[in-house]
Parts: sequence; C-alpha cells; structure tokens
Amino acid sequence: MNKPILIGMTALALAIGGCAKKTPPVETAPPVTATDTGAAANGDVDLVELPAMQADLVAKAGSDTVYFGTDEYQLDTASQATLAAQARWMLANTKVRASIEGHADERGTREYNIALGERRANAARDYLVAQGVPAARLLVVSWGKERPAAVGSNETAWAQNRRVVTVVVR
Amino acid sequence: MKLIVALLALPLAAAASAQDSGPLEVDVVGGINAPMAIAVPFMPTPAPLPTPAGDTVQLGRSVAEVVAADLRSTGLFTPLGPVGVRAYAFPEAASPFYAEWRNAGASALVSGYVEARPDGRITVGCYLHDVSAGRELTHQGFAVPATEWRRAAHKCADTIYSRLSGEQPFLDTRVVYVAETGPKNARLKRIAIMDSDGSNHRYLTTGKATVVTPRFSPRGDKLVYMSYQGRMARVYVMDVASGAERLLIPGRVTTFAPRFSPDGRDIVFSMASGGNTDLYVVGANGGSPRRLTATPGADTSPSYSPDGRQIVFESDRSGTQQLYVMDADGSNQKRITFGGARYASPVWSPRGNMIAFTRIGGGGFRIGVMAPGGSGEKTLTDSWQDEGPSWAPNGQFVMFHRTARGSGDATLYAVSVNGGRARILPTPLGGSDPSWSPLQN
Repeated sequence: MNKPILIGMTALALAIGGCAKKTPPVETAPPVTATDTGAAANGDVDLVELPAMQADLVAKAGSDTVYFGTDEYQLDTASQATLAAQARWMLANTKVRASIEGHADERGTREYNIALGERRANAARDYLVAQGVPAARLLVVSWGKERPAAVGSNETAWAQNRRVVTVVVR
Repeated sequence: MKLIVALLALPLAAAASAQDSGPLEVDVVGGINAPMAIAVPFMPTPAPLPTPAGDTVQLGRSVAEVVAADLRSTGLFTPLGPVGVRAYAFPEAASPFYAEWRNAGASALVSGYVEARPDGRITVGCYLHDVSAGRELTHQGFAVPATEWRRAAHKCADTIYSRLSGEQPFLDTRVVYVAETGPKNARLKRIAIMDSDGSNHRYLTTGKATVVTPRFSPRGDKLVYMSYQGRMARVYVMDVASGAERLLIPGRVTTFAPRFSPDGRDIVFSMASGGNTDLYVVGANGGSPRRLTATPGADTSPSYSPDGRQIVFESDRSGTQQLYVMDADGSNQKRITFGGARYASPVWSPRGNMIAFTRIGGGGFRIGVMAPGGSGEKTLTDSWQDEGPSWAPNGQFVMFHRTARGSGDATLYAVSVNGGRARILPTPLGGSDPSWSPLQN
C-alpha cells in the first residue's frame, strides 16, 4: 500500500526539480590557476636576492641580523652598532637596495605578529635612514611568525626568531 | 548553485499510530554526554539505474554513509549503521517497522531512497522518524546532478540535525584554509578549499607565495587573504570559481587581517606603516580606504557584527593585546576584555550573541567565547597553541587550528560552543587559518 505514495512523492520531486536546471556545476569548477603570478600585473618588480652581496654585507658589517626582546621592538646598543655597520655598507654599495624584514617568535597570534614584525622592521629601517641610507633604497616587510630561523619551541629558538634581517636585493 | 528542495508527499500509515510520548529532541547542551542513538541504514532505490556518479544502489549506500558521518560530527548523535544494521526495501522508507528499530536500540531513524531521474539528476528522499513514538517527524527531497550527491546527503543530515536540535543547519558548507607542508623554517603555504567534511579538496594557490588568513565573502563566492607576492605582505581578493585574484590596495604598503562586511560590499583590514598598524575599510572592489582607528597601538584582526553596525578588533594600545568594540565608522571605541590575559583574533558570531577569540595566558593559546559586552567568558579548548577561530554559520561551532609544540605542525579542529571535545577535521597536509563558509543554497 505504500508503493503508490512513494511514486507520488517522486512525481512531485520531479515536478519541482524540473524548474531549476539553471544550476551551474560549481563543484566541478576551476583548475589551479595562474595565482602567484600577479606581481607583474600589480606593477611590482620581483625582488631578486643577491647571495654574494649578502655574504659581503655579513662579512663587512658583522651580521645581517639584529635581535629583540619578547614583544619588543627597541634596538639595543648591540643592534645599533650592527645597523650602523650595515648602513656604512649600504652607503658603499650604492647599486643595491635592502629589504628590511621583520620577524616574530611563535608565541604571538598570526596577525598580531605581522604588526609586531613591521614595528621591528620599521625601527631598523629608521635607524638605517638616520645613518644616511636613502629611504628609497630600503623596503620594509613583516613575515610575522611565518619564517622562523630556529625551529624549536624554547627560549633559545624564540630569541633567534625575534629578529630583523637586512636582505640585499636588486 | 541552487539545490532543489523537493517536498515529498506525506506517507500514510505511521502518522495515525503516533503514540503520545514527549517530543523527540536532542539536548544541544547535554548532548555531548548523551548522544542520541539514531539508525542510519543504507538507502534503497526504487530501480537500480546507472548515473554519472555510479548506480543508484551504490549511491544509496554512499549517501547513508555521509549522512551518518555528518550526524556523528555534530557530537549530538551516535549513528547506528549504515554498516551492521538491516538494509530495508524501498517501500519501507516512508513506513518503517518501528518495533524493529526500537529493538535495535535506536531513538530515531533516518530513512530515504535514491532515484535516478530522466534528466540525469537524482532525487534523494530523506525521512526522519521518531522510533519510540512510531511516527515520522519530517521529510525532504533533494534533486541534484548525480555527481553532486554529497550535497544532497549534507542537506539530508542538516534537515535531521536541525529538526532534532532546534538549531540552524550548518553541514552543507565549505571550508577554506591554509594547507601547510614542509619543515617549520621553510614551510609551503597554499590556500585550499574543501567541503566541511573534508571531501572535494583542492588547492587554490600554487605555494610560490606564502599565504595566510583566507576568509570567505558572505556569499561564499570570494575570498580575501594576505599573500607575500612581490615580497610584500598584502591583501588580495580572489574569485573562488575562476581563481582570478586582485591586489586590494595598490602599491608597496603592508596590508593584512582582512574580512568582508556582512553585506559583502566592504573589506575591513589592517594597514601598517611607519611602525604603526591601524584599521581601515575599503570597498570590496577597491577605491580609497577610509581610516577607522588612529592610535599608536597595533590595531588588527577586525570582524564585523552580523548586522554590520559594529566591529570587534584587537589592539595593544593599553600595553597588551585586548579586545575592543567600535561602531563601523570607527566611533565609540570601547575595550571589552579585562580578564587578566591577552586576547586576540576576535570573530563575531553570525548570530550576534557571542565573540570567539584566542586567549593568550599561562604560556598557551586557548579558544574562548564571550558576550559582545565582554561578560560570560568561557574557554572551549586546552592545548599548547589553539588560534584563528572561525564560526559555523549557525553559531554553534567554532573551527580553529592547533599547533604542535616543537614541530609547529598545524591541524584543523572544530568545537561546540557548548563544550565537549574538539574534533579534528582531516586534511591531506597540515592545516591552519580555517574559514567556514555560509550555508550553501
């Protein structure tokens, strides 16, 4: 006795279903697209790292990196000395630019750490500018906690990750 | 895509014999400790016919498996079957033998069928029965292209979840997140999209540029996220269907922490310059950004209230990260957290009644919720690092990612706002920064 009812249901389902076949099959959609190639379209020139020049900076300035306290962005005297030496190198190598790259340790949330890395990078950039490096030769980027230098989850690793790296670029 | 809801005619027999027991419902709050036993047998077909997604017999098995898995994932149900319970004949879908399911220990029964239609689609019939009372509670039919049978299964599970819990549906949704692979100091990060049960997984970016924080538009057709293309941290908008992406604010200025407004017209985000991060809003199609905050603190992680009138965000203007609420034009900025910890990455519930956040204290990150005024704080998780909350569209679950100490491996989890254990969302690689889509139509 149930059978006729089920058939009736099906007929109704069909009737309602018939009026909405516009549905584009979204789920079958797109291939992986040419994402990540938008830089040119956005008017940027991709920055190219210069490993030999980078090594020269490290050799002449003592280091390409300065370090920070937890959740801090002040430059201590050691950092200032390193940056002053980097500034001298930049003034002697006028053909290159530098990407001043701020990083944070993993103990902050993702977005906050981008803000914190920007503060750190900006503090280093300002110091380089104060030493006479033209601001136009310095770019600032924050990597937040996305690119740790040390992989551990301990104070030693965190201290190495709270940093600004001066990356020589063309 | 529109999914057709086909209303099925009422069955007969059962309704008349309904006994006068109390209404069958799951206790959403207590359900975690006492999930309802619900039988989900394989669904029969009136006629075994081939479809582009396999024959209707196999589809009936697959639909039942997805329905059972969906119901289990809510934490409110213990599905019986589909494996191990008796498969029934087609006519029984509308008129089951209640005594049999009672004896099997089920309080409720999901029955149904899968039928091939002449237009190449299938109809999935979906019935919910109160086994103790011996009556049908609801039924729905879904006509879908055969290849989208999973959508019909999710709709069926949503119908049952909604009818028994009294909550809005949330299972027919998608998740976009950051797929992570490789060592911690050289990790590849790609945007990936999948159904909220992990199926139909695909990558939306290649990994050439690191990406973080993808978030759906209110209609689920666009994403907004931050990408390191051009060695800069900047916000992009992507059309999900075509994959086409566009830089939100042109030029070499750091932009991040983007979210759509509830009407999809605007994007609120952080812009950092000169060591200071403030909040701005701009049309979703671009234009001139309007500044919303102007303190020396780092103002970030903004999220609109569902009515679009307010924005919750975090700021360290007081010295530590705390949550603030302001009007959408930037006026009336008010701190709402005073709990002695740091608070970050707030997200306003789609129901408006709660804000989820990351609580930083005691050396760990926990996911918590509170009322928009800051009262009623409740911690939902307990691990070393849980962060990045995102709401289910019904405001009953929060998805987030958990990072392992040491390896930094990240995994997606979801937890009920009513408590209980967080459950893993399986992904092919590591996963972080989930964004839960709105319910699909």
